[in-house]
Amino acid sequence: MLKFFFFLSSGLFLGWSLGANDAANIFGTAVTTKMVKFKTAAIICSIFVIVGAVVSGAGASHTLGKLGAINEIGGAFIVTLSAAITVLWMTKIGLPVSTSQAIVGAIIGWNFFSKTTININSLTQIVGTWIFSPILSAFFAFILFFFAKKIVEDYKIHLLRLDSFTRVGLLIVGAFGAYSLGANNIGNIMGVFINSVKFTDISIANLCQFSAVQQLFLLGGTAIAIGVFTYSKKVMLTVGGGIFKLSPITALVVVLASSMSLFIFASQGLHNFLHSIHLPAFPLVPVSSSQAVIGAVMGISLAKGGRNMNFGKLGQISVGWIITPIAAALLTYILLFFMQNVFLQKVF
Amino acid sequence: MPKLFYSKSKKLESEIEIYLDKVTTAELLFLEGVKFYLNGNLDKFEKKYKAISILESEADNIRREIKHKLYAYMLIPESRGDVLGLLETLDDIIDICEKVLEQFSIETPIIHEFLKSDFMELAELSSKAVDEVVKGARAFFKDIVMVSNYVNKVHFYEHEADDVEEHLKRSVFNSDEIESFSQKVHLRYFIEKLAAVSDVAESVAERLAVYAIKRRI
Repeated sequence: MLKFFFFLSSGLFLGWSLGANDAANIFGTAVTTKMVKFKTAAIICSIFVIVGAVVSGAGASHTLGKLGAINEIGGAFIVTLSAAITVLWMTKIGLPVSTSQAIVGAIIGWNFFSKTTININSLTQIVGTWIFSPILSAFFAFILFFFAKKIVEDYKIHLLRLDSFTRVGLLIVGAFGAYSLGANNIGNIMGVFINSVKFTDISIANLCQFSAVQQLFLLGGTAIAIGVFTYSKKVMLTVGGGIFKLSPITALVVVLASSMSLFIFASQGLHNFLHSIHLPAFPLVPVSSSQAVIGAVMGISLAKGGRNMNFGKLGQISVGWIITPIAAALLTYILLFFMQNVFLQKVF
Repeated sequence: MPKLFYSKSKKLESEIEIYLDKVTTAELLFLEGVKFYLNGNLDKFEKKYKAISILESEADNIRREIKHKLYAYMLIPESRGDVLGLLETLDDIIDICEKVLEQFSIETPIIHEFLKSDFMELAELSSKAVDEVVKGARAFFKDIVMVSNYVNKVHFYEHEADDVEEHLKRSVFNSDEIESFSQKVHLRYFIEKLAAVSDVAESVAERLAVYAIKRRI
């Protein structure tokens, strides 16, 4: 068990870094514009990230599992460690980094090292979703922007009343954002440990099943929550509420649009529902919340007639799609070599 | 928590409404005061002057109260600077309306019969400019798309007031009826004071236009 927790530490570290970085995407503007207190934001964010991870985290994790069924905990340790290092490095050089892209690259690195064939279908599905998710966010933001504009202008809401509505809205949408983040991204940090998990299922009075995977996700969710509490305020204040300076109402639209995008790619319920009515269902894939936010901001710029479009950011996303997975894959390959041959641990 | 926000903001909303009403009342008192002065009804003029002095200090108190609440309750952090800026410049309107009546009360300029209708027109145009800027300020809080409409009207009345101001000054200085030069200069001072009300209204309108752009989604 001690060995298990030791190897799990890299996943928990990745979770911590995800919490520290991605909470700013959800509550950054709300906190920096003083609409919501950091403490309130952190509590809501932590609770809903954990709930999202435990309740709805399985779908997106399963897709990662199909890409590379990492069967040894030593391998899982290196894969998450490489992803975490890549995320740190990319953050340091100032690229909008995605944990999802780092972990996928790392898994591919493991596939190469273990000479496991890469499931091309899964990979295409994942990469396609990365490209599609900011576009979907942009689409949602575009629609929601007009909706919000119409409400504010048509109902002639007093500035002060609008202020109170916006605060409540930021809390509700923030909770949804945190839930979606937990559901969509828990796979990134805990997914590779699923096959080596040492927990047993817990049944509470035959009413509630708490599976081993859910327990693992609870741990991961807690790591994210610790990241939110310990470091995200600093990120929010230095980055100034995410990558863009937004007004509270546009922040509300951006967070809602990007969270809807994250939710869609994580919700098993929606997936099953669409299947049941014979419609094409959205794949359950971990995507990048930062890139969903960038997409949503672009959607708003488009709705405003293309003003303030920041094409540099679009370029950065595309660079991230390529550099992040390649860097993570290379690093994983190298570290797996050391793990296997220097520390004599089984990695596959 | 939302209810707490809501009740505080509702109270503040009504205080802002009261404040804007005070600006409108100041403008009406100014207009009535000038009218009574021109008609030679000095008793009624003095009453209007007293009323506007009281109103000015009441408005100051309300403004201070609003400022305190906006900061103490952390309301509208994004636009409270603009709201306070707006209320403070609106206060300049009340101040100048009071000041003009005060000058009339102290200096009692002699206004010749042939100038009275133009003096009245100038006061009316200034008063209309103020009226529109207050409507614009109300729109800033509730109906942001309408702000530019009111701002345009303020510009229009201010421009009209400028024309009347120039015409009046020419009438004064070309007149043979007003013999002494010092009297002409004295009248010019009052013409400029009456027109200055519309100028202040215009500077509020300009701020308002910028605030409105900032507030647009």
